Amino acid sequence: MVRLMTHNLLACHAKGCTTNNFPLALKDVQIELRESDFNPDFLKGFLPKLDWPALVLAARQLGDETLPLQQPEMLDDEFLKNLHHVLLEIHIEEGSMTCPNCAHVYPISNGIPNMLLAEHEIG
Amino acid sequence: MSRPELVAPPEIYYGDTEAKKYTKNTRNQQIQADMTYRALELLSLPPDEPAFLLDIGCGSGLSGEILDEEGYMWAGVDVAPSMLEVALEREVEGDLFLQDIGQGFGFRPGSFDGAISISVLQWLLNAETSHATSSPPHRLTRFFTTLHSALKNPSRAVFQFYPSSDDQITLISTIAQRAGFTGGLVIDYPNSNKAKKVFLCLMVGGGGHVPKGL
Ligand SMILES: [Zn+2]
Repeated sequence: MVRLMTHNLLACHAKGCTTNNFPLALKDVQIELRESDFNPDFLKGFLPKLDWPALVLAARQLGDETLPLQQPEMLDDEFLKNLHHVLLEIHIEEGSMTCPNCAHVYPISNGIPNMLLAEHEIG
Repeated sequence: MSRPELVAPPEIYYGDTEAKKYTKNTRNQQIQADMTYRALELLSLPPDEPAFLLDIGCGSGLSGEILDEEGYMWAGVDVAPSMLEVALEREVEGDLFLQDIGQGFGFRPGSFDGAISISVLQWLLNAETSHATSSPPHRLTRFFTTLHSALKNPSRAVFQFYPSSDDQITLISTIAQRAGFTGGLVIDYPNSNKAKKVFLCLMVGGGGHVPKGL
């Protein structure tokens, strides 16, 4: 399973691909929703790691419009619950992620992204 | 019996049959669990703070289940599809990636609060092909460099592994240092053939002593 929590941390690692290599573009995705325990402390600790615009873009692409375009300063419960859902409860089961720079395609099958590179793509 | 890492690359060695066998073996489960708890202890994460960890060579999720139980969020990478399939069947909570750690990671800087790795590092010491980029030093360099960047500052990565010579330990330590890590080996029960366990305890951002072995 891959969730937006990890999608948001993932850049392309192909040889020489060091700029404009994030976020990986989601394509033809099938998602599944699975409930998970709400942990506000985890979310607050995770916020500084997030690239907010990339997260909002990915969430909206998957049909979730609950996150504001600007990261709010006040972390109220409603915001944290929406963030929890976006980061941890939307599972991408099938589809692919394409690097915006080198166009390498990382396929996602059965919930698992294939990050393997071909010999000529290894740095 | 030969060490598995000398028989075949991990994604071949751990085919469907071997992956299930390895996971179901209760002795493997117990050893893996003990080493995972010890690795977590050596990580010495700040108490009562949620953490996001990377499980390097997560396999069928034996360590991941413990991370779940202990309340950690985690992502796991493994190069053996059959092992990851077993992990899915066991419904571990972490996000799983099919990845060859010798090719390096693409995780953005500071993604993880720590990393653990149980019985994996020795696989990086065996060349998979004759191609120059597949030599162990190349693979280790890509691995440690991109791991160092993926970890937050300060943090730790703890590897339990099975070195087969002092030269291997020197090679691994030298390349890890060049990638920016400090730290060193922790050897538990050094005088017991059976119980002896080797941990490489690496630190990002310096500071902190290498813990003592048991
Ligand atoms: Zn790329």
